[in-house]
Amino acid sequence: MTRRKETPALQKDWKYLSRLTPARIALGRSGSGLLTAEVLKIAMAHAQARDAVHTPFDGEALAAKLAGLGLAAVCVATPATRRDVYLRRPDLGRRLDEASARAVRNLGQTGADLSIVIADGLSSTAIETNVVPLLEALLPQLRQMGLSLAPVAVAGGGRVALGDEIGGALEARLVLVLIGERPGLSSPDSLGAYLTFEPRIGRNDAERNCVSNIRPGGLGYSVAASKLAWLIEAALKRGLTGVQLKDQSAQDLVVAMRHGAISD
Amino acid sequence: MAYRNSSGRQTWVFRDLKDLMAKATPPRSGDMLAGIAAGSAEENVAAKMCLADVPLKAFLSEALVPYETDEVTRLILDSHDAKAFAPVSHMTVGEFRDFLLGEETSTEMLSALAAGITPEMAAAVSKLMRNQDLILVARKCVVVTRFRNTIGLPGTMAVRLQPNHPTDDARGVAASVVDGLMYGCGDAVIGINPASDSTAAMAELALLFDDIIGRFDIPTQSCVLTHVTTSIELIEKGLPIDLVFQSIAGTEAANRSFGIDLAVLAEGREAALSLKRGTLGDNVMYFETGQGSALSASAHHGVDQQTIEARAYALARAFDPLLVNTVVGFIGPEYLYDGKQIIRAGLEDHFCGKLLGLPIGCDICYTNHAEADQDDMDTLLTLLAAAGVTFIIGVPGADDVMLNYQSTSFHDQLYIREVLGVKRAPEFEAWLQRMGITGHDGQLRPHSALLPLLPMELAE
Repeated sequence: MTRRKETPALQKDWKYLSRLTPARIALGRSGSGLLTAEVLKIAMAHAQARDAVHTPFDGEALAAKLAGLGLAAVCVATPATRRDVYLRRPDLGRRLDEASARAVRNLGQTGADLSIVIADGLSSTAIETNVVPLLEALLPQLRQMGLSLAPVAVAGGGRVALGDEIGGALEARLVLVLIGERPGLSSPDSLGAYLTFEPRIGRNDAERNCVSNIRPGGLGYSVAASKLAWLIEAALKRGLTGVQLKDQSAQDLVVAMRHGAISD
Repeated sequence: MAYRNSSGRQTWVFRDLKDLMAKATPPRSGDMLAGIAAGSAEENVAAKMCLADVPLKAFLSEALVPYETDEVTRLILDSHDAKAFAPVSHMTVGEFRDFLLGEETSTEMLSALAAGITPEMAAAVSKLMRNQDLILVARKCVVVTRFRNTIGLPGTMAVRLQPNHPTDDARGVAASVVDGLMYGCGDAVIGINPASDSTAAMAELALLFDDIIGRFDIPTQSCVLTHVTTSIELIEKGLPIDLVFQSIAGTEAANRSFGIDLAVLAEGREAALSLKRGTLGDNVMYFETGQGSALSASAHHGVDQQTIEARAYALARAFDPLLVNTVVGFIGPEYLYDGKQIIRAGLEDHFCGKLLGLPIGCDICYTNHAEADQDDMDTLLTLLAAAGVTFIIGVPGADDVMLNYQSTSFHDQLYIREVLGVKRAPEFEAWLQRMGITGHDGQLRPHSALLPLLPMELAE
């Protein structure tokens, strides 16, 4: 009993350091192990991250919400809608299945300024939590710029490069892919936004710009929307996206790629 | 040359050595993604049976990645030590496994053999080995390296203290360093993955580590894990760089996708050596690897990911590294799907690295989209420590808040020291005792009164 009481007290000696970093420092210990409360806290964080990956994506419900924002939407899918297939076969998540490809072709060559693609990626939680509030902040700015929008594609089992096929089929000048990022222990709901000018199959990651970590505890909606609006305007004006579009967001993408955080 | 086996319900034919190696590999998602894995369990075992009969010499005459177009293959074959190879040159892969397991095959014999073994031979024999074989043989291999302390002595296991921070904030990084030192971590290296690409930020981190190590006279080394060319730039600017880091892979094309080749690695090593910062030795390189990186760069030449990984070790050993780290579960489930595949890969990598004579450690880790959890990490940690792993990673609470994945924690190394009795690098162990952080038994002291590291200015 005495020992159990003493051991947790150890952390207090440098607990004040923990305000300097989000890292899990000064946790104290039970012998060589973590304290019960810490083990359970980490288990909960992992459970939330796991659930974010595996919670089924409800595209129809999202499409209904988009209608509420005045956006026409079409639900599409890749051949990788089963989660175990999606995780094993990144290549399948980059292409539409046959029926969806037909459906997108039937929308016609819109020639719109911007096509928006929303894909579950690695966190359906991120889509569920963040897409509507982000669009609420972004749409007024897009309207102010007078941009024409193609119908929004809501995709199950999608990766970033799926936007290349959809945006290309719609003949949009620019595609914006909103996608659930790989969940971290402290960020199960992180949304990524990827912009690609003149989308077509075969574009690579160096040709994209990225705004990452969009979520209530990360990059807020209004800041994220402003960054995106700036990038969209600059991309359409200069006729390119990617590393040549000098902006901090380009650097963010390179960093995210190096860290394997993006679900390309 | 084609290989055949009729031991099962049908005759299996394998196109060539490359095909045979891929089909003989224990199942993993990366080889399936590449379309080169065995199509059935029987085909997998039939391939192992064929492989067992292949002479080791075959790997010297049949290159899996073409000699003409790949500098890693040229390095492997041109630097092959025929004299060291002689004791096993008559063996088949299966006989080689039996030889490695024999009680009479000693640490000294394995050390002498290392330069005669090619990565393809190591990978081949590992495909015939069960997990216990991988552990037993790796445990017999001893590889010792030095910079400011001695790493790899039998009965020891070092820890890389990994104080990553989402914005590289110096005080935040220092807080994690202090935390790790207080748990007795950091003898392998204090090594950070910077979040930023900016050279200025990296210079600040190098200076921070130099200050901490100098101020407390810690017998260890630091590393800012950035591209080799950036390290060279930092060295040219006069910054205190201990170890030069680089991610490497097993083919020339994959290395090109990392922006490196043999020449630039040599340049990086020369730059680090020129500073003469090592007090006990001149192992100045820190390499990281991981199965699947060549496939993800479309540079695998149809070779299975484990063999390509072993080839990266041949590249590493040409530069006398202090540390080689296989970051086993970081790459994601499309390469290693679940805990079982990650555990197997970690043991294979460690075995191949040790057999080739490398100071190999393991970042025992997983991402949240892999079918794995901390229990799997506990299992792999316990197995690797039993196998004599050179070092592991220590991250606060096992949660890397910058790279967004889970590794092993400061606590995890305490667990394995308590269970298996593995010690730290001796110079570091002595320092911890001098500082009152551990007692003479190496156990952490209940230092409520004595906290020698805390009066740093980061206190306020």
